[in-house]
Amino acid sequence: MLELRDIHARYGAVRVLHGISLDVEQGELVAIVGANGAGKSTTLSTVAGVVKPSAGEIVFKGEAITGQAPEAIVRKGIAMVPENRDIFSALTVEQNLRLGAYIRGDRAEYLDDLAQMFDLFPILAERRSQAAGTMSGGEQQQLAIARALMSHPQLLIFDEPSLGLSPKLVEQVFALVQKLHKEGMTILLVEQNVAQALNIADRAYLIRMGKVEAEGTPQELRRTVDVESAYLGAATAQAASGGEL
Amino acid sequence: MSEVFGFIVSALSLGSMYALMALGLVLIYGILKLVNFAYGELIMVAGYTLYLLNGSPLPWLVMGLCAILAAVVASVATEYIAFRPIRDKSLTAMLITSFAVSTLFQNAALLLISPRSRVVPLPDLFSQSIAVGNVLIQWRDIIAVVVTFVLLGALTLLLNRTVLGIALRAAADNMRMTRMLGVPANLLISMAFAISGLLAGTVALFWLGRTASVTPGIGLEPLIVAFVATVLGGLNSLVGAVVGGYVLALMTVGINTFLPQDFVDYRQAFTFALVILVLLFRPEGLISSKTGTGNRP
Repeated sequence: MLELRDIHARYGAVRVLHGISLDVEQGELVAIVGANGAGKSTTLSTVAGVVKPSAGEIVFKGEAITGQAPEAIVRKGIAMVPENRDIFSALTVEQNLRLGAYIRGDRAEYLDDLAQMFDLFPILAERRSQAAGTMSGGEQQQLAIARALMSHPQLLIFDEPSLGLSPKLVEQVFALVQKLHKEGMTILLVEQNVAQALNIADRAYLIRMGKVEAEGTPQELRRTVDVESAYLGAATAQAASGGEL
Repeated sequence: MSEVFGFIVSALSLGSMYALMALGLVLIYGILKLVNFAYGELIMVAGYTLYLLNGSPLPWLVMGLCAILAAVVASVATEYIAFRPIRDKSLTAMLITSFAVSTLFQNAALLLISPRSRVVPLPDLFSQSIAVGNVLIQWRDIIAVVVTFVLLGALTLLLNRTVLGIALRAAADNMRMTRMLGVPANLLISMAFAISGLLAGTVALFWLGRTASVTPGIGLEPLIVAFVATVLGGLNSLVGAVVGGYVLALMTVGINTFLPQDFVDYRQAFTFALVILVLLFRPEGLISSKTGTGNRP
């Protein structure tokens, strides 16, 4: 469904990605793991159209989408739950969701979808007229996910969904990701929390210093990783502490 | 009693102009993080449109609407021609471009029309007044206040009830995320410039109404006023811009009214002293935006 071929990216003079290749098949839950600063989020940014790759190609459903604008990418069927959630804090919960449905024109459909989101996330129904910025981190994360779902994506991308959440909320978020996956959603998940991510992923890529270091099933990856290097231990420790913020 | 009423009407009328100007400036700042220094020239464009239509058989209201339309067109065209090509480069480049556009407009007026002031047509109503007790209230002031309230009401509806309006507020908070939801950046920015032009064009009618003339440099004062009002109210807040506009007008009219005659020459010094005080104690502006319209880079 999604294929990255030899993606290079840079911020000014700093090269961040040195040829990332990966693919996500229909219905898969693929995780990208790696230490802080390895290039995971940048990889996602190239897919979302926020960062233009300096070289390489991104193909979605057989169509090259490399370097297209973010507003075009979401119309192809790719939605993003960004790092730090990026909800619009001055807007109400409902207004946030309304914008999530921006690319869908039909008013009746929108109301159906809204009702569905309120079923899935009852807390959002309770707070629908409240400014989104006044909600807790966990509630904001739910809003960010609901907002992404409002566009009816075919591929849902999560960037560090566990960041800044308490361990209990992290569990909830991962359970939700798993639930969406079981219902057939194709998911690309970036996580520092390696252990958790590998628990729910079908396949995973380990990124290190802008390159794919290893790929495979979670079992394969755990094996490779344990043998190969000590740094992932550090990464895991870091992720664990990151998850408890 | 009626003196108080007169004072209130003067402050409200001046404040209405300040508030609309400030709002136009903040709208652009919100989504581009650009203080548009070419903004005052929209007043000039509207003014010269009125001047050029002078003597035409059109009713004044139509001329006024043409002037507003000219400001809208100039505003959107400025964005399209001057800002859009360099938008991704740097903020400094845009800021300098806005100075360049301002200079270009002014020199075009100098060259094509005249460095001297030109008379603009005004409706008779603008020079008439109505007696309230023993104080004369100008119709122009009343109309300015009413028109402003109607515009503010319409803008509030737009920003809270329509998808594009909501998107505009979202973009002021986080442009990248708004685009990731599918809202085209160009559409939002063009819309912000159009609204900003509409506000400046409307202000122009009342601003010019005070002197009934237009000069190439007429945009400077409203620009500075708008800038000061936004600094007072907080650059990140639309509500703040409106509040800032009215507070600044209240200060100005208050100083004019209550300051001993000997000090009136220094009224701007008093106004700016008050502004400095506000900045010292509330550097984020009177209306802080902690609950949300906060702008992330």
